[in-house]
Amino acid sequence: MPGIAQLAMATGFLLILIGFYGALTRRNLLRMIVAFTVAGTGVNVVIVSIGYMHGRTAPILDATLAASDAAARIIDPLPQALVLTAIVIGVGITALMLAYALRLYSQKRTLDIGRFTELKG
Amino acid sequence: MVKRFIALVLVLAVGGLFAVLLATYAPDAELNQTARYYAQRTAQDLGAANIVTAIIVTYRGLDTLGEVTVLFLAATIVGLVLSQGGQSGTPARGRVPVGELLTTGSRYLAPLILLLGVYVFVNGHLTPGGGFQGGAIIASGTLLLLLADPLRRFGHRLIAAVESVAGVVYVLIGLLGLILAGGFLDNRILPTGALGALFSAGAIPLIYVLIGLKVGAEVSSMLVSLAETDAETREEA
Repeated sequence: MPGIAQLAMATGFLLILIGFYGALTRRNLLRMIVAFTVAGTGVNVVIVSIGYMHGRTAPILDATLAASDAAARIIDPLPQALVLTAIVIGVGITALMLAYALRLYSQKRTLDIGRFTELKG
Repeated sequence: MVKRFIALVLVLAVGGLFAVLLATYAPDAELNQTARYYAQRTAQDLGAANIVTAIIVTYRGLDTLGEVTVLFLAATIVGLVLSQGGQSGTPARGRVPVGELLTTGSRYLAPLILLLGVYVFVNGHLTPGGGFQGGAIIASGTLLLLLADPLRRFGHRLIAAVESVAGVVYVLIGLLGLILAGGFLDNRILPTGALGALFSAGAIPLIYVLIGLKVGAEVSSMLVSLAETDAETREEA
Protein backbone atom coordinates (compact mmCIF):
# COMPACT_ATOMS: atom_id res chain seq x y z
CA MET A 1 0.00 0.00 0.00
CA PRO A 2 1.79 3.14 -1.17
CA GLY A 3 1.69 6.04 1.23
CA ILE A 4 1.38 9.74 0.55
CA ALA A 5 5.18 10.05 0.46
CA GLN A 6 5.45 7.54 -2.39
CA LEU A 7 2.61 9.26 -4.21
CA ALA A 8 4.28 12.65 -3.89
CA MET A 9 7.60 11.16 -4.95
CA ALA A 10 6.05 9.49 -8.01
CA THR A 11 4.45 12.83 -8.95
CA GLY A 12 7.81 14.55 -8.60
CA PHE A 13 9.58 11.93 -10.74
CA LEU A 14 6.83 12.24 -13.36
CA LEU A 15 7.27 16.04 -13.43
CA ILE A 16 11.04 15.59 -13.88
CA LEU A 17 10.47 13.21 -16.80
CA ILE A 18 7.93 15.54 -18.43
CA GLY A 19 10.40 18.39 -18.05
CA PHE A 20 13.28 16.37 -19.54
CA TYR A 21 11.19 15.25 -22.49
CA GLY A 22 10.00 18.79 -23.12
CA ALA A 23 13.53 20.22 -22.91
CA LEU A 24 14.80 17.57 -25.36
CA THR A 25 12.05 17.80 -27.96
CA ARG A 26 10.87 21.44 -28.00
CA ARG A 27 12.47 23.81 -30.49
CA ASN A 28 11.21 27.07 -28.99
CA LEU A 29 13.50 28.58 -26.36
CA LEU A 30 10.59 29.73 -24.17
CA ARG A 31 9.08 26.25 -24.18
CA MET A 32 12.45 24.78 -23.21
CA ILE A 33 12.65 27.21 -20.29
CA VAL A 34 9.15 26.16 -19.18
CA ALA A 35 10.24 22.53 -19.43
CA PHE A 36 13.29 23.16 -17.25
CA THR A 37 11.09 24.89 -14.68
CA VAL A 38 8.71 21.90 -14.62
CA ALA A 39 11.66 19.53 -14.10
CA GLY A 40 13.01 21.75 -11.32
CA THR A 41 9.64 21.72 -9.59
CA GLY A 42 9.65 17.93 -9.81
CA VAL A 43 13.05 17.75 -8.10
CA ASN A 44 11.73 19.97 -5.29
CA VAL A 45 8.65 17.77 -4.83
CA VAL A 46 10.84 14.66 -4.61
CA ILE A 47 13.14 16.22 -2.00
CA VAL A 48 10.23 17.40 0.16
CA SER A 49 8.57 13.98 -0.06
CA ILE A 50 11.76 12.35 1.31
CA GLY A 51 11.36 14.39 4.50
CA TYR A 52 7.74 13.35 4.98
CA MET A 53 7.05 10.92 7.82
CA HIS A 54 3.66 9.37 8.39
CA GLY A 55 1.57 10.69 11.29
CA ARG A 56 3.88 13.58 12.11
CA THR A 57 3.33 17.33 11.99
CA ALA A 58 5.06 20.39 10.54
CA PRO A 59 8.33 21.44 12.25
CA ILE A 60 6.85 24.52 13.94
CA LEU A 61 6.58 24.62 17.71
CA ASP A 62 3.39 26.06 19.17
CA ALA A 63 0.84 25.47 21.94
CA THR A 64 0.07 21.94 20.72
CA LEU A 65 3.68 20.92 20.08
CA ALA A 66 6.03 21.29 23.02
CA ALA A 67 9.76 21.59 22.43
CA SER A 68 10.39 18.53 24.60
CA ASP A 69 8.62 16.02 22.34
CA ALA A 70 9.38 17.78 19.06
CA ALA A 71 11.87 15.11 18.02
CA ALA A 72 9.18 12.43 18.18
CA ARG A 73 6.42 14.38 16.48
CA ILE A 74 7.82 16.53 13.65
CA ILE A 75 8.77 15.60 10.12
CA ASP A 76 12.33 16.10 8.91
CA PRO A 77 12.94 19.89 8.62
CA LEU A 78 16.15 19.57 6.59
CA PRO A 79 14.66 18.75 3.16
CA GLN A 80 12.28 21.69 3.56
CA ALA A 81 15.16 24.06 4.26
CA LEU A 82 17.03 22.64 1.26
CA VAL A 83 14.05 23.07 -1.06
CA LEU A 84 13.51 26.65 0.12
CA THR A 85 17.06 27.33 -1.07
CA ALA A 86 16.50 25.42 -4.29
CA ILE A 87 13.33 27.36 -5.15
CA VAL A 88 15.06 30.71 -4.74
CA ILE A 89 18.02 29.66 -6.86
CA GLY A 90 15.53 28.28 -9.40
CA VAL A 91 13.94 31.72 -9.70
CA GLY A 92 17.35 33.23 -10.39
CA ILE A 93 18.14 30.61 -13.04
CA THR A 94 14.78 31.05 -14.74
CA ALA A 95 15.20 34.83 -14.83
CA LEU A 96 18.67 34.42 -16.36
CA MET A 97 17.40 32.01 -19.03
CA LEU A 98 14.58 34.41 -19.88
CA ALA A 99 17.00 37.32 -20.12
CA TYR A 100 19.27 35.40 -22.51
CA ALA A 101 16.24 34.31 -24.55
CA LEU A 102 15.15 37.95 -24.83
CA ARG A 103 18.62 39.00 -25.98
CA LEU A 104 18.79 36.19 -28.53
CA TYR A 105 15.35 37.13 -29.80
CA SER A 106 16.26 40.77 -30.17
CA GLN A 107 19.27 39.78 -32.31
CA LYS A 108 17.76 37.08 -34.52
CA ARG A 109 14.02 37.80 -34.28
CA THR A 110 13.39 34.13 -33.62
CA LEU A 111 13.22 31.79 -30.66
CA ASP A 112 13.79 28.62 -32.70
CA ILE A 113 16.83 26.83 -31.28
CA GLY A 114 17.55 25.38 -34.75
CA ARG A 115 18.34 28.85 -36.07
CA PHE A 116 21.13 29.43 -33.56
CA THR A 117 23.91 27.62 -35.41
CA GLU A 118 27.00 29.62 -34.41
CA LEU A 119 28.42 26.80 -32.30
CA LYS A 120 27.91 24.10 -34.92
CA GLY A 121 31.19 22.88 -36.37
CA MET B 1 11.48 11.89 -35.83
CA VAL B 2 14.71 10.07 -34.93
CA LYS B 3 15.55 12.83 -32.47
CA ARG B 4 12.18 12.49 -30.80
CA PHE B 5 12.69 8.72 -30.55
CA ILE B 6 16.14 9.17 -28.96
CA ALA B 7 14.65 11.65 -26.50
CA LEU B 8 11.92 9.18 -25.62
CA VAL B 9 14.46 6.40 -25.04
CA LEU B 10 16.56 8.66 -22.81
CA VAL B 11 13.54 9.74 -20.80
CA LEU B 12 12.41 6.13 -20.42
CA ALA B 13 15.89 5.14 -19.19
CA VAL B 14 15.85 7.90 -16.58
CA GLY B 15 12.29 6.88 -15.72
CA GLY B 16 13.52 3.32 -15.14
CA LEU B 17 16.14 4.61 -12.71
CA PHE B 18 13.46 6.62 -10.92
CA ALA B 19 11.18 3.56 -10.75
CA VAL B 20 13.92 1.55 -9.03
CA LEU B 21 14.47 4.40 -6.55
CA LEU B 22 10.74 4.61 -5.88
CA ALA B 23 10.27 0.85 -5.47
CA THR B 24 13.10 0.54 -2.96
CA TYR B 25 12.24 3.69 -1.03
CA ALA B 26 11.36 3.11 2.61
CA PRO B 27 10.42 6.20 4.64
CA ASP B 28 12.32 6.77 7.87
CA ALA B 29 10.46 5.90 11.05
CA GLU B 30 12.71 8.13 13.18
CA LEU B 31 14.43 11.44 12.53
CA ASN B 32 18.04 11.08 11.52
CA GLN B 33 20.79 12.38 13.77
CA THR B 34 21.06 15.87 12.28
CA ALA B 35 17.31 16.42 12.19
CA ARG B 36 16.94 15.21 15.76
CA TYR B 37 19.62 17.65 16.87
CA TYR B 38 17.75 20.51 15.24
CA ALA B 39 14.40 19.35 16.67
CA GLN B 40 15.73 19.09 20.22
CA ARG B 41 18.06 22.06 20.38
CA THR B 42 16.33 24.78 18.36
CA ALA B 43 13.87 25.91 21.05
CA GLN B 44 16.30 26.02 23.94
CA ASP B 45 19.35 27.29 22.03
CA LEU B 46 17.87 29.77 19.57
CA GLY B 47 14.30 30.40 20.79
CA ALA B 48 12.80 30.07 17.29
CA ALA B 49 9.42 28.36 16.98
CA ASN B 50 9.85 27.55 13.29
CA ILE B 51 12.65 25.00 13.05
CA VAL B 52 13.05 25.40 9.28
CA THR B 53 13.68 29.12 9.84
CA ALA B 54 16.23 28.36 12.54
CA ILE B 55 18.09 26.04 10.16
CA ILE B 56 18.06 28.54 7.30
CA VAL B 57 18.92 31.70 9.21
CA THR B 58 21.21 30.44 11.95
CA TYR B 59 22.43 26.85 11.67
CA ARG B 60 22.98 27.23 7.92
CA GLY B 61 23.21 31.01 7.92
CA LEU B 62 26.34 31.11 5.81
CA ASP B 63 24.60 29.09 3.07
CA THR B 64 21.73 31.56 3.12
CA LEU B 65 24.12 34.49 2.80
CA GLY B 66 25.62 32.72 -0.22
CA GLU B 67 22.17 32.07 -1.61
CA VAL B 68 21.17 35.71 -1.36
CA THR B 69 24.45 36.55 -3.08
CA VAL B 70 23.64 34.13 -5.93
CA LEU B 71 20.24 35.78 -6.34
CA PHE B 72 21.94 39.19 -6.33
CA LEU B 73 24.36 38.02 -9.03
CA ALA B 74 21.48 36.65 -11.09
CA ALA B 75 19.63 39.98 -10.82
CA THR B 76 22.81 41.86 -11.75
CA ILE B 77 23.50 39.67 -14.78
CA VAL B 78 19.89 39.97 -15.93
CA GLY B 79 20.26 43.75 -15.73
CA LEU B 80 23.62 43.64 -17.51
CA VAL B 81 22.51 41.32 -20.31
CA LEU B 82 19.35 43.28 -20.95
CA SER B 83 20.85 46.75 -20.69
CA GLN B 84 23.27 46.23 -23.59
CA GLY B 85 22.12 48.03 -26.70
CA GLY B 86 18.74 49.54 -26.19
CA GLN B 87 17.49 52.90 -25.13
CA SER B 88 14.57 53.22 -22.81
CA GLY B 89 11.99 55.89 -22.26
CA THR B 90 9.92 56.39 -25.38
CA PRO B 91 6.44 54.90 -24.97
CA ALA B 92 5.53 52.03 -27.25
CA ARG B 93 2.94 52.59 -29.94
CA GLY B 94 -0.02 50.39 -30.70
CA ARG B 95 -0.09 48.68 -27.36
CA VAL B 96 -3.41 47.15 -26.36
CA PRO B 97 -4.67 49.08 -23.31
CA VAL B 98 -5.02 47.06 -20.13
CA GLY B 99 -8.51 46.67 -18.72
CA GLU B 100 -10.18 48.97 -16.23
CA LEU B 101 -10.49 46.09 -13.75
CA LEU B 102 -6.76 45.43 -13.70
CA THR B 103 -5.83 49.10 -13.39
CA THR B 104 -8.26 49.85 -10.57
CA GLY B 105 -7.77 46.47 -8.88
CA SER B 106 -4.00 46.79 -8.81
CA ARG B 107 -4.30 50.21 -7.17
CA TYR B 108 -6.16 48.66 -4.22
CA LEU B 109 -4.36 45.33 -4.16
CA ALA B 110 -0.74 46.48 -4.36
CA PRO B 111 -0.58 47.99 -0.82
CA LEU B 112 -2.31 44.91 0.61
CA ILE B 113 0.13 42.58 -1.16
CA LEU B 114 3.00 44.65 0.22
CA LEU B 115 1.50 44.38 3.71
CA LEU B 116 1.08 40.62 3.40
CA GLY B 117 4.69 40.29 2.28
CA VAL B 118 5.90 42.28 5.28
CA TYR B 119 3.70 40.20 7.60
CA VAL B 120 5.10 36.98 6.18
CA PHE B 121 8.74 37.93 6.67
CA VAL B 122 8.26 39.59 10.06
CA ASN B 123 6.63 36.39 11.39
CA GLY B 124 9.11 34.08 9.69
CA HIS B 125 10.38 32.64 12.97
CA LEU B 126 6.84 31.79 14.20
CA THR B 127 4.78 30.72 11.21
CA PRO B 128 5.36 29.00 7.87
CA GLY B 129 7.00 31.74 5.87
CA GLY B 130 9.99 33.98 6.09
CA GLY B 131 12.23 36.30 4.18
CA PHE B 132 12.28 34.47 0.86
CA GLN B 133 8.53 33.89 0.79
CA GLY B 134 7.77 37.44 1.91
CA GLY B 135 10.21 38.84 -0.63
CA ALA B 136 8.56 36.80 -3.38
CA ILE B 137 5.15 38.16 -2.34
CA ILE B 138 6.45 41.73 -2.50
CA ALA B 139 7.87 41.03 -5.94
CA SER B 140 4.47 39.68 -7.01
CA GLY B 141 3.06 43.11 -6.06
CA THR B 142 5.64 44.66 -8.40
CA LEU B 143 4.54 42.22 -11.10
CA LEU B 144 0.90 43.25 -10.63
CA LEU B 145 1.83 46.93 -11.02
CA LEU B 146 3.80 46.11 -14.15
CA LEU B 147 0.87 44.17 -15.60
CA ALA B 148 -1.50 47.04 -14.90
CA ASP B 149 0.84 49.60 -16.44
CA PRO B 150 3.59 48.00 -18.55
CA LEU B 151 5.18 51.39 -19.13
CA ARG B 152 5.47 52.20 -15.45
CA ARG B 153 9.08 52.89 -14.57
CA PHE B 154 10.26 51.97 -11.12
CA GLY B 155 13.09 53.81 -9.48
CA HIS B 156 16.18 51.68 -10.09
CA ARG B 157 17.97 53.80 -7.50
CA LEU B 158 15.43 52.98 -4.79
CA ILE B 159 15.55 49.25 -5.57
CA ALA B 160 19.35 49.28 -5.61
CA ALA B 161 19.50 51.25 -2.34
CA VAL B 162 17.13 48.86 -0.51
CA GLU B 163 19.02 45.90 -1.90
CA SER B 164 22.52 47.04 -0.97
CA VAL B 165 21.63 48.48 2.46
CA ALA B 166 19.88 45.22 3.41
CA GLY B 167 22.87 43.20 2.20
CA VAL B 168 25.44 45.30 4.09
CA VAL B 169 23.42 45.26 7.33
CA TYR B 170 22.97 41.48 6.98
CA VAL B 171 26.74 40.97 6.83
CA LEU B 172 27.27 43.45 9.70
CA ILE B 173 24.82 41.50 11.90
CA GLY B 174 26.73 38.36 11.01
CA LEU B 175 30.00 40.01 12.06
CA LEU B 176 28.39 41.22 15.31
CA GLY B 177 27.62 37.58 16.06
CA LEU B 178 31.33 36.89 15.74
CA ILE B 179 32.08 39.50 18.44
CA LEU B 180 29.07 39.27 20.80
CA ALA B 181 28.01 35.63 20.49
CA GLY B 182 29.27 32.24 19.39
CA GLY B 183 30.16 32.87 15.76
CA PHE B 184 29.33 34.37 12.38
CA LEU B 185 25.57 34.94 12.02
CA ASP B 186 24.86 33.67 15.55
CA ASN B 187 21.39 35.00 16.40
CA ARG B 188 22.05 35.32 20.11
CA ILE B 189 23.40 38.87 19.87
CA LEU B 190 19.88 39.85 20.99
CA PRO B 191 17.94 38.17 23.84
CA THR B 192 16.15 35.02 22.64
CA GLY B 193 12.98 35.96 24.58
CA ALA B 194 9.91 33.80 25.09
CA LEU B 195 9.28 31.04 22.56
CA GLY B 196 6.47 32.07 20.22
CA ALA B 197 6.61 35.83 20.91
CA LEU B 198 7.08 38.28 18.03
CA PHE B 199 10.22 39.73 19.58
CA SER B 200 12.03 36.48 20.21
CA ALA B 201 14.65 34.24 18.64
CA GLY B 202 17.37 36.89 18.89
CA ALA B 203 18.45 38.31 15.56
CA ILE B 204 16.42 35.89 13.42
CA PRO B 205 13.46 38.28 12.80
CA LEU B 206 15.88 41.10 12.03
CA ILE B 207 17.85 38.98 9.57
CA TYR B 208 14.68 37.69 7.96
CA VAL B 209 13.34 41.23 7.49
CA LEU B 210 16.61 42.12 5.75
CA ILE B 211 16.46 38.97 3.61
CA GLY B 212 12.84 39.77 2.76
CA LEU B 213 13.70 43.30 1.63
CA LYS B 214 16.72 42.08 -0.29
CA VAL B 215 14.91 39.25 -2.07
CA GLY B 216 11.93 41.50 -2.79
CA ALA B 217 14.23 44.15 -4.29
CA GLU B 218 16.24 41.61 -6.31
CA VAL B 219 13.28 39.79 -7.82
CA SER B 220 11.55 43.13 -8.48
CA SER B 221 14.63 44.41 -10.28
CA MET B 222 14.69 41.27 -12.48
CA LEU B 223 11.00 41.79 -13.33
CA VAL B 224 11.54 45.47 -14.07
CA SER B 225 14.55 44.72 -16.30
CA LEU B 226 12.58 42.11 -18.23
CA ALA B 227 9.55 44.40 -18.59
CA GLU B 228 11.62 47.35 -19.82
CA THR B 229 13.40 45.23 -22.39
CA ASP B 230 10.09 43.75 -23.49
CA ALA B 231 8.77 47.25 -24.15
CA GLU B 232 11.88 48.12 -26.18
CA THR B 233 11.79 44.89 -28.17
CA ARG B 234 8.21 45.59 -29.16
CA GLU B 235 9.06 49.11 -30.22
CA GLU B 236 11.80 47.90 -32.53
CA ALA B 237 9.59 45.20 -34.02
